[in-house]
Amino acid sequence: MTGNDRKPGPAAGPADPVAVNQWYAITALDEIPVGRAVRTELLGVPVSYCRDHDGAPLAWLTQDSLPAGAPVDAQVLEAPLPTLADYGYLWTTVGEPDGGLFDIPETAEPDRRILNAGTFGIFTSGPRAVENFLDMGHLPFVHPGVLGQQPFTEIVDYQVEYRSSEIYALNCLIFQPKAAAASTSGQMVNYTFRVPHPLCALLYKSTPEDDVRLDVIGLFVHPIGDNRIRAHLFNCLLDTVNTDGQLRRFQQGVLAQDKPILENQVPAQLPLDLDAESPTRADKTSNAYRRWLSELGMTYGVVASSQPGP
Amino acid sequence: MIKLYDYLLSVNCYKQRLLLSILDVPYERVDIDFYPGWEHKGAEFRKINPLGHIPVIDDDGYVLWDAHAILVYLAAKYDPTGTWYPVSDPRRLGEVASWMLFAEGTTNTASAARLHVNLDYDFDLEACQAGAHRLFRVLDEHLWFREQQGQAWVASGESPTIADIALFPDVALSEDGGISRLDYPALRRWTERVQRLPGFIDMPGIFPVARAPT
Repeated sequence: MTGNDRKPGPAAGPADPVAVNQWYAITALDEIPVGRAVRTELLGVPVSYCRDHDGAPLAWLTQDSLPAGAPVDAQVLEAPLPTLADYGYLWTTVGEPDGGLFDIPETAEPDRRILNAGTFGIFTSGPRAVENFLDMGHLPFVHPGVLGQQPFTEIVDYQVEYRSSEIYALNCLIFQPKAAAASTSGQMVNYTFRVPHPLCALLYKSTPEDDVRLDVIGLFVHPIGDNRIRAHLFNCLLDTVNTDGQLRRFQQGVLAQDKPILENQVPAQLPLDLDAESPTRADKTSNAYRRWLSELGMTYGVVASSQPGP
Repeated sequence: MIKLYDYLLSVNCYKQRLLLSILDVPYERVDIDFYPGWEHKGAEFRKINPLGHIPVIDDDGYVLWDAHAILVYLAAKYDPTGTWYPVSDPRRLGEVASWMLFAEGTTNTASAARLHVNLDYDFDLEACQAGAHRLFRVLDEHLWFREQQGQAWVASGESPTIADIALFPDVALSEDGGISRLDYPALRRWTERVQRLPGFIDMPGIFPVARAPT
């Protein structure tokens, strides 16, 4: 055994009320077994879930009498947790969220392909994963031939706005050789990024199959502990060509390229001090995200800023 | 044409794509929704492989499963140089067989750690990591002695074999399972040699190496 191996770190430290009082996707709905407990953690708190025999999803604070794989009877749950079944995921909380989930209006369109492209464990913090998702600059380097292409690495200026407690980055342009599973040629792609939740981000991008509407792709972070997350890849696509397997192949390939980058970032927590990591123009969204987390007072997964707040 | 039942993030499927690319053999890919669809466990796929695992190839009606068995078949059939699976050299052939069995060990340790971290497979992470380190230590020393003899590959001789292909991805992707390669310099040099082979293709998660024009 060497000292450089990655292992699950200690459970999240002193409860961060900002992080705790949020809804988190903990599993895709169609991956929940019926009547058998599955154990996970949420911000260091042991949590379990299953579906009851009527198909309704349940989540609860893990109790010794229900080990993983045990049959579950809803009547015996000592500490059931609130749940939401939205966007294809089971959401729960170990705190008291102020209201429900953010809206994704596109999910109401009947011709959308809504699926979990996959849920992958990564040794990183939630904010690092969200920041990577928002970063255009890495695309030609980490996803060459797919989401970017050298030497077309310039990120032209774009707008970042705060709108009703969310961050929007607008008119983000980049050349992509294969922007989506349905792409047959390279194109300049226009992205909008949206951060409606401290650990969830969405991107809207033009699609080869529709001139007006946009594909919606999301990263919903399930924070396990300080340096370990599960990343849920939410897809809400306009695609009449590809099978689920092909759509997933595309998104999972992208995530597998990001994973070693995320796992090699030092520190694993996102520094909120804007001088801690040299920003470039491509990092405007990242800076807005870091500033926003500072304003929220988030302490999970970050290195708090030593600078006075704005 | 060969049909390969494939999943992008499966190391055992990648071994087939890598060898087919190196041997420049055309093939058709059938994407299996391994995760989260578990398509390979379904009734339809079990008609192809009752064991419910991939990769599987269908070469003009000849169906074969098990990653290392497929490597043997592909090399024996499609490598005109006869070097990737050296049937005419019993000593080297024995070494290839030995190191391919060793690769079953990295599958059960390094790959298992990766499946636990990535997809929550129910394995003991620390035990998998410790087992992978025991094997990596042996392989690192072996490759170091090979280098001292002026040789570059897992089996003796001048050219790589399917044993290199069988071992490469578990080593190259070990950090996905939280297994550091910092302590294995000969292993790292060998992975770069594999990555510079003509026809090499990568798999998501493997950092490309710098290459000069050829």
